[in-house]
Amino acid sequence: MSSQKAQITPGPAPALDAARLRADFPILHQQVHGKPLVYLDNAATTQKPRQVIEALDHYYNTDNANIHRGVHTLSQRATDAYEGAREKVRRFINAADLCEIIFVRGATEGINLVAQSYGRPRFKAGDEILISAMEHHSNIVPWQMLCEQTGALLKVAPINDAGELVLDEFHKLLSPRTKLVAVVHISNALGTINPVREIIAAAHGVGAVVLLDGAQAVAHAAVDVRALNCDFYVFSSHKLYGPTGVGVLYGKRELLEAMPPYQGGGDMIRMVSFKKTEYNSLPYKFEAGTPHIAGGIGLGAAIDYVTAVGLEAIAAYEDDLLGYATEQALTVPGLRLIGTARAKAAILSFVLERIHPHDIGTIVDHEGVAIRTGHHCAMPVMDFFNVPATARASLALYNTRDDVDRFIAALHKVNEVFA
Amino acid sequence: MSGLRELYQEVIFDHNRHPRNFGKLEGANRYAVGHNPLCGDRLTLYLKVENDLIKDARFEGMGCAISTASASLMTERLKGMTVADAEDLFGRFHDLLTNAATDDDTAALGKLTVLLGVREYPARVKCATLAWHTLHAALANQEQSVTTE
Repeated sequence: MSSQKAQITPGPAPALDAARLRADFPILHQQVHGKPLVYLDNAATTQKPRQVIEALDHYYNTDNANIHRGVHTLSQRATDAYEGAREKVRRFINAADLCEIIFVRGATEGINLVAQSYGRPRFKAGDEILISAMEHHSNIVPWQMLCEQTGALLKVAPINDAGELVLDEFHKLLSPRTKLVAVVHISNALGTINPVREIIAAAHGVGAVVLLDGAQAVAHAAVDVRALNCDFYVFSSHKLYGPTGVGVLYGKRELLEAMPPYQGGGDMIRMVSFKKTEYNSLPYKFEAGTPHIAGGIGLGAAIDYVTAVGLEAIAAYEDDLLGYATEQALTVPGLRLIGTARAKAAILSFVLERIHPHDIGTIVDHEGVAIRTGHHCAMPVMDFFNVPATARASLALYNTRDDVDRFIAALHKVNEVFA
Repeated sequence: MSGLRELYQEVIFDHNRHPRNFGKLEGANRYAVGHNPLCGDRLTLYLKVENDLIKDARFEGMGCAISTASASLMTERLKGMTVADAEDLFGRFHDLLTNAATDDDTAALGKLTVLLGVREYPARVKCATLAWHTLHAALANQEQSVTTE
């Protein structure tokens, strides 16, 4: 009986020892303006554990060679390491097939690839693309460009004052004209976790395909693309403790098979003559040119790292820390949270009365605390909340309550300086 | 904190809290919109120019303490200047913040030297220069908006 109960009610998540994990991140152990660094700009990019740095180091020191073409030993090692990383990605998001994992430069390139390779040959005037009002510019502009090219129409599902998608309105905007729905899994500006299962089911109901922008999600929650049943999923390595310059596009095999290549060049061909070129099979069809080999391998090491810590443990730990940070932040006079969704992850976006976010950012930096200030590449979100910018603290697995306390003390300092 | 006090001098707080010449200028015959795409700040500058003389200057917009104080101090200074002198001042101010300034420039700026503190904060230089780029555009009577990029 007890085992049955355990299946229904998840027990406490395995504990995460952030203090111990911090030792894996060399960059955190430094002083900024004479104070120990508190890094709270993880939604912009996360720091890298030494396991990732060592994987890059090892690759360049011992295995560096071009992949998929050499018969020599180094080329084979490099190929094995790179393709091994692809398998790690597949397992990480539970894709059915290795050929569904396309290495790209980042989430942005993944979205552009889908817009140009899936959308452009198919969409026509009168077709509709549905996004949400909380999207990052990278999930707005590629669709606007596609609309200009094809005559399709961009529709935007609204958000409410808490920064949550208004589902009723979302459903109303869906119609047989909707060909594609592109929404963020977790909002970078607000922290909102979108009800993606409901979104996907509803979109499929009208025959639309769904792309999820998982740039913020993959480091904070376990992602299972098959359970979600999304058609495309994109994310960047550098927000998942991996190197910059590499990311992943997941796509369902039958969709990817039917799409023309995104770029032409080496590696994406099977046979070339001046009369005709035969394209390579998946995933190489979408990987023209020498890729970021070291980056892919580094991403693999990052996935090993977060998997060893455990995504469930990370999510539970960060959720508790976000609760503490929210509670403490609300004690700061004049502070207003931007984004108060019921389902929220890792992000605390806020403004202080009469003090511009840029001034907040400079003053807390003097206290050794790194936060982001600005529009977070989500200008429509800023317009909606009628603020020019916000300050944003974003959490990672190595942040602690001490970090939060230092951050809150720095905000009191801001108020003091501006008193 | 010494560097921070250098940046946030009392004059800057004063002009941030109580910006001078704030609001639309009726009868303006030159204006420009300045935009800092990095932070989303926007500023509209209005000028009334008669016989090559800046009779009045006002501004509107939302910005940080540095950008608001810079705009406020600038509009205060512009009134009564010739267009050529205002352009000269823009050049000197710009040089001052990008470290290419001479002692002569520093002397010419007078009260505006309170904004010198931003030199230690490269990410904030654009906050201080937004109003001035907008002035440059307004004097050239460019109708389109200018950016700090």
